[in-house]
Amino acid sequence: MSKERIQISEALYDIMPSDYQDLVKSATYGKEDRGWKDIGTSKELIEQHSLCAGCPESMAFRYILASLPNPEDTVMVGSTGCTSLVFPMVAVHNIHSLFGNQNAIASGLKRALSVRFPGRVKDVVVLAGDGATVDIGLDMTLQAWFRQEKFTTICFDNELYANTGGQESGLMQKGFVAKMAPVGKLFDKVRLPEIARESGCHYVVNCTVSKPSLVEKVIRNAVHIAREIGPTYLQLYTPCILEIGKNSMEGLQEMRDSEKPAERFAYKEYVSEPAKQLLAELAAKDKERKAAAKQLAAQAQAN
Amino acid sequence: MSDYRVLPGPEHFLPPAAASMGISLPNPGEAHINGVITSEDKAYEEAARQFLMAKVPTIFPGPLVLWAWNEKAAKKATAVRHLFNTLKECVQPGQKPMLIPMPDYRPKYPKINPEVEINPNHPNLTIWHNKIDCCMFIGVHCHQANLSLKIIRGGTSCYTIAMCAQAGHEDAMLSFRDASVEKIMKLADTVKRLKGTVQPRLSAKNGASN
Repeated sequence: MSKERIQISEALYDIMPSDYQDLVKSATYGKEDRGWKDIGTSKELIEQHSLCAGCPESMAFRYILASLPNPEDTVMVGSTGCTSLVFPMVAVHNIHSLFGNQNAIASGLKRALSVRFPGRVKDVVVLAGDGATVDIGLDMTLQAWFRQEKFTTICFDNELYANTGGQESGLMQKGFVAKMAPVGKLFDKVRLPEIARESGCHYVVNCTVSKPSLVEKVIRNAVHIAREIGPTYLQLYTPCILEIGKNSMEGLQEMRDSEKPAERFAYKEYVSEPAKQLLAELAAKDKERKAAAKQLAAQAQAN
Repeated sequence: MSDYRVLPGPEHFLPPAAASMGISLPNPGEAHINGVITSEDKAYEEAARQFLMAKVPTIFPGPLVLWAWNEKAAKKATAVRHLFNTLKECVQPGQKPMLIPMPDYRPKYPKINPEVEINPNHPNLTIWHNKIDCCMFIGVHCHQANLSLKIIRGGTSCYTIAMCAQAGHEDAMLSFRDASVEKIMKLADTVKRLKGTVQPRLSAKNGASN
């Protein structure tokens, strides 16, 4: 549904719940410069969520939804996990897939959308946890990248199976002891960002969600590159504070500690050559647009 | 013809799909009442009677009329509002007509406000909360309407009416097909005509039971 179609029938406007009225009145659908700074001044595309108090995943959700460049023409594909508790409250089209099947679903969806809406930009974004991306769904994840499917894969990496009580996952760090993994992880954290690069992803980032401006940048880059060139992958650290024995207020600090230079979530970015060229073109266009807008504003002030 | 009848429940936790019990959909120009094919005129009368008898007659407009995605949708929305206003004018003191939207199909887990909205994944919550004993679905995509109608039949005693824009719904107790502005207006006219001729069920302690 395009922005022009997101209108409530006048005759029934008064009976619509206020969150829908707000979405139509003050959400940032169609806004070219939308980003995390809109949070607090416009209606967010997430009404409420059922995640635990202080959960970094909820921060990640808010930043991502605020940063999607084209939310009215985006379909998100989720999978089983804590994220599937949030999607029912998200005002962006979304599909819940079978556990691990998300990249296969997204592949078919992206192709179908290209056929059904040939003249329109339709973005597909997969958002799943580390269990779905790296363990149960690794086959589907990799095959989508091998095939150069044009969509973004986001992995919320909390380094274990959080909402089933803390079982070991492939992305858990070596030696970590969880409630349901008492022996401790015996092998290293799977190096999926490197695998993604080798599998054909054109943009790969490994980071935490402690900085909203950084999340905004990587989301926009990933979606634009996926739209024009090929698969992109973001691995975002969203620690499960309950399963690692932290309090509600300690999620942000945990992410800050984990992104220090020698730590496992130190910012790492890979951009392929075609993607670099695209980003340079987009930056030039953006600069041009902003300069034109500034000039217009100056003219309006002078008049 | 099947002996099965689509009646107000609670039928049981997983009521059978009416189609699987041999209930078929009406042809153009027809409707069904309790699974028996009938003329549209008879269905207008019965739907109006059910509305006027109910303690809490309710219209559930779905996304196809709530959102002005084309001109026809906006016109249907106006007709739905007219039907609701007519219903309000025609009921007796003690009856409480409601107009509750189904804005989209998100399950809204874990919190839905059943006072102001309904969703197809647990429509029984809105029915129970508002003690709705007769409802009409309009503008709900067929697969979601079927899901809701079955849940309502399984878990509540609410009488269900479907004003379907396609081929009708076997799982409703009464179903029109090929819904249009004219058909909604005709139902409103029938409600107006039958005003004062139907005794409401005001003696019942509650509306729908569970």
